[in-house]
Amino acid sequence: MSTVGESRAAQAGKAAKDASQGRQKEMIARHYTRLSRAKEEGKKVVYTFVPGNLVEVIDALGMLPVLPEINALQSGMRGRSAAYIAEAERMGHSEDVCTYVKCDIGMMLGGNVGPTGETLPEPDLLLLSYTGCFTFMKWFELLKEAYRCPVVMLHVPYQPTGIITPEAREYVVKQLRDEVVPALEKVAGRRLDMDDLRHRLALSALAEDDLVAVWESARNRPSPIDGYFGGVYYIGPIFTAFRGTEDAVLYYRELRSEVEERVRRGEGPTGPDGPIPEERYRLVVEGPPNWTSFFDFWRMFSREGAVVVSSSYTRVGGLYDDGFRHSPEAPFESLADYCMGCYTNLGLPSRIDMLERAIRNYSADGFLVNSVKSCNSFSAGQLLMMRELERRTGVPGGFVESDLVDPRYFGKANIENRLQSYFQMLDARRNRGYA
Amino acid sequence: MNSEIGDPAGAALERATTLTDDLRLDAVRRWKEAHPGSLAIGILPVYAPRPLLEALGCLAVGVQGGGDQLDIIRGDSYFQSYICHIPRSVVELGLDGGLDPLDGMIFPSTCDVIRNLGGMWRLLFPDRYTAYLDLPQNFDPALGGRFYAGELRRIAGEIHGRGALPLDRDALREAIRRENTRRAALAEMDDMRRREPSRVPASEAYRVARAGSVLSAEEHTALIREYLAGARERRVRAYDNVRVVVLGAFCEQPPVGLIRTLEKAGCDLVDDDFQLGFKTVSGPIPLSREEAGDAGGGALDADDPVDALAIAFLKWGAPTATRYIGADEKGRDLVERVRKVKADGVVFAAASFCDPALLDQPMLEKALDEAGIPHTGFKYSENSAQHQTIREQAGAFSDAVKLWGGAP
Ligand code: SF4
Ligand code: SF4
Repeated sequence: MSTVGESRAAQAGKAAKDASQGRQKEMIARHYTRLSRAKEEGKKVVYTFVPGNLVEVIDALGMLPVLPEINALQSGMRGRSAAYIAEAERMGHSEDVCTYVKCDIGMMLGGNVGPTGETLPEPDLLLLSYTGCFTFMKWFELLKEAYRCPVVMLHVPYQPTGIITPEAREYVVKQLRDEVVPALEKVAGRRLDMDDLRHRLALSALAEDDLVAVWESARNRPSPIDGYFGGVYYIGPIFTAFRGTEDAVLYYRELRSEVEERVRRGEGPTGPDGPIPEERYRLVVEGPPNWTSFFDFWRMFSREGAVVVSSSYTRVGGLYDDGFRHSPEAPFESLADYCMGCYTNLGLPSRIDMLERAIRNYSADGFLVNSVKSCNSFSAGQLLMMRELERRTGVPGGFVESDLVDPRYFGKANIENRLQSYFQMLDARRNRGYA
Repeated sequence: MNSEIGDPAGAALERATTLTDDLRLDAVRRWKEAHPGSLAIGILPVYAPRPLLEALGCLAVGVQGGGDQLDIIRGDSYFQSYICHIPRSVVELGLDGGLDPLDGMIFPSTCDVIRNLGGMWRLLFPDRYTAYLDLPQNFDPALGGRFYAGELRRIAGEIHGRGALPLDRDALREAIRRENTRRAALAEMDDMRRREPSRVPASEAYRVARAGSVLSAEEHTALIREYLAGARERRVRAYDNVRVVVLGAFCEQPPVGLIRTLEKAGCDLVDDDFQLGFKTVSGPIPLSREEAGDAGGGALDADDPVDALAIAFLKWGAPTATRYIGADEKGRDLVERVRKVKADGVVFAAASFCDPALLDQPMLEKALDEAGIPHTGFKYSENSAQHQTIREQAGAFSDAVKLWGGAP
């Protein structure tokens, strides 16, 4: 899951801003300012990935996280990714590989200027939480070469059947206890205060309760949220860098009450150009969004009254829908379960089961895949996934292709045509009484 | 190159060719007829420990795609155009019955494609045994080692549950011995190829190694030895070729025609990672505490052969693109390898859209540049039919290395 933050807020046109969005904007701006001052204030900086991130531990040790995927997507939204990718390709990176990596490398080569225009600090440690994506490993091998700083790896076992075995949990816990935390402590120059960590995990769990309530509000008709575009724009982001803080608890409490108010008033979500007047299609979406034309892409849905009631991408940073919560009772065990349960760390059958539940629970009338060229972790298997979900639920699948941050792969007219045809097909089915 | 009549290695090579091209696994069918009740278990690239399967009375079968001999009819409808080719041909083979002799498949952690393919397999073939083998990326015996040994025991237990023999220490030790013998034979073939590339051309060595995909370790060893005995008898002359290491083709295999193209372009391939599964662990797997020394770190005991397999992977695992290189310098091993085999340069050959290989490449290129070792690179697909561009590129590279000692 990813932080969009306030980037290109202007592009969001007349989007009405709720109080929570103001709070989010403030939190993100503060975070980047803290990062820009990190070196002069003697704060240590840890680069780490979104899925399976250990932000509570990093915070408890007084360090600051930087999430390179977020930088990449921010660069995409700010129209900089094409140049960064070109730079990385000039340096010898293949056009075939994940563009997040190339975008990040290109940004680094260009002086590491972050989304707010402030320079991001270099890492004191790379924390390779190896969750759900092999590319992460290569990415940090590349960064390690560039920054010449220490790396610590957390190997998170894959969940081919979705069942976390005691052995897998023990493996992660032992790595945390014997390698990862000591490496973090060494850089931080202090011991991890377990009580502080417990406190942060308890705060995470509080925010998670509210986050899940927000996701589940999409069961209403109309749905008061868009669980994909809105999901990555303002619902999910705060989880990445702020989980385990009082700010995050307040943010999600506020967001939840705003969403509940919207339900009371029978209102739908806010789209890129303001409130979406009529909910005509309820969709479940699989796959990451496109960031370079994020608002254009969103508009292709919002203008047609297509609301995404649930999505898999928003579960990459953590899956809380089925009851998992960070727990102060057994901190490392709970962090281990969190890491292993992230969406892309699940085998395809578990992913399909989850999407099937989403289609049923949120009464979706369509299932759409946005397949991105960059990401094998998502893309390999999506065509079978689509067939399987159609077979199980009778809900028709749609398919579009783009990329995360490489604008060369966002064919606006083509995607628009495909979506139009898909919506027409949903209408035709509805008229025939299938819905 | 040498398979004409009168070639003393001709018969072995012909058998190796038949076995390499045996996409419908006739050899496996025959093996099963000869071993009623025994199971054949497929292994996707890159690596799973074969002795474990042999100890259970199973035939370990390397499943490496369809090469350039298979028409993809249904496989393409399962994958987008920007995903490498091997999963399509594996699905094609699965759907059209080519893999029917296999009672199960192991998908080792290699990359996101193989991982997701494992999930697809469970859905497409729900009645067949499918396992995901999570190879550790933590190389501490007490952490990754214990976890990995547990994974191996779990998989052995599951395959036993499907009708294979139970895991027995002595049987596993014997299987490891047979595997070590096979590896010694492969190493001997590599040695001969390095000393006299025209006696053992890479395109032949490739076939002889790959034939082991459908043979037991013992039968494979016999084939390698037969081939080597024949190759020794050959009358060959040396060519003024450049010596290259080919790297990046460890999973999706290049068509043999492409390897021959490189040879025709004036390259002696003195080392490669084509059949990496046989070389993932370098050197023999230890069979005792004495042989393992302190590699078990007090957490793994090499007297237990499952632990021995884990120790071998942790401590003597090749630094490939699918293995995390933590503290070590990326590319250091490659530079050493190039020097050891006295290669003049490196040819990077990676399957299109192969993230592990292609993301690794810039780091390795940098290490080579720093060491002053010339290199070139191209991409291929297992079903590439046209190799002319590659021939020209490899020819230009070989000329440049010969003339100026560097890449063009
Ligand atoms: S391959 Fe996918 S999950 Fe991995 S870094 Fe790239 S976009 Fe993220
Ligand atoms: S060719 Fe590369 S990307 Fe494709 S399955 Fe093999 S390792 Fe994975």
